[in-house]
Amino acid sequence: MKKKYQVALGVFMALIFMPKNAFAMHIMEGFLPPVWCISWGAISLPFIILGMFSIKKKIELNPRIKMLMAMAGAFTFSLSALKIPSVTGSCSHPTGIGLGAILFGPTVMCVIGLIVLIFQALLLAHGGLTTLGANTFSMAVVGGLVAYFSYKLLKKMKLSQSISIFIAAALGDIMTYVATSLQLALAFPDKTGGFMASLMKFMGIFAVTQIPLAISEGILTVIIFNLLTAYSKDELIDLKVLSEEA
Amino acid sequence: MKSKKNDKILKKNLVLALIVIALAVAPLLLVKNGKFGGADDKAKQAITQIDSSYKPWFTPIWTPPSGEIASLLFSLQAAIGAGFIGYYFGYAKGKKSASKSDKI
Repeated sequence: MKKKYQVALGVFMALIFMPKNAFAMHIMEGFLPPVWCISWGAISLPFIILGMFSIKKKIELNPRIKMLMAMAGAFTFSLSALKIPSVTGSCSHPTGIGLGAILFGPTVMCVIGLIVLIFQALLLAHGGLTTLGANTFSMAVVGGLVAYFSYKLLKKMKLSQSISIFIAAALGDIMTYVATSLQLALAFPDKTGGFMASLMKFMGIFAVTQIPLAISEGILTVIIFNLLTAYSKDELIDLKVLSEEA
Repeated sequence: MKSKKNDKILKKNLVLALIVIALAVAPLLLVKNGKFGGADDKAKQAITQIDSSYKPWFTPIWTPPSGEIASLLFSLQAAIGAGFIGYYFGYAKGKKSASKSDKI
């Protein structure tokens, strides 16, 4: 019942704040000045290196989670191809980062997210090579960190597994697009209102479009988790996502 | 007992999947004049609104020649991902029931 209210609330809020110009996807090729491209790339790089070490270590410790890791990658791959209509009258897509971040920790998904972004930039002209650093930062770094730490926090607050996963994945998704608005606002401060005016403008557009999609991503992540609890319990226990007795 | 538990998961997941579908369909019904276009063009508009002199300094190396080709590639991406997810759960389920029957 609770979830239905959340859905209704999301749709309701989105209708109230419906903006005229709506968009919500990765930053397009060439649409971020070079200095920002390089800066975001440099900020993302350490996370990617940490992620590579983390993947190596996790697989060495536990070779049987390799398949699960590939599945988390496939989930991101699949979800970021699904452009879903939103209440603002334009389309956006979920990121699927939350699942892997909750399972493997925040940095593993940086590497997987980067791979998906490269694929989309090269083959689909979606996102871009010059904006790769910025998009990796918003999607993989911010999305992964937010999902992972909010999951940990919610579990500490003794919320149920499903609710924690739902909120964590949805938050990771929405914060990705909040980060994108921040990046755009920093690069394109408003002539009169400055950074804040731009930020409010981009945020209004991004956050609203993404609300229903973030809810969808949260639900889809819970679906996958239900299946994992049924069929891959041992792996979840190995990864300390589930405790033995649960 | 066990199949009952799996039935419960199936039911729960079906309800959840229906909510996701409803969330995707609702905008189509609610937003009357929505174009539901790719966001990219609107993004360009918003940026040029703020800074009218901005020119993109790099263009994609390769762009899908048509909307059809682009949607082909997107559906390929989704299909590969979904295919592997299906493979994973088939593998996990098979492995689990095999280890169960070993124990008996």
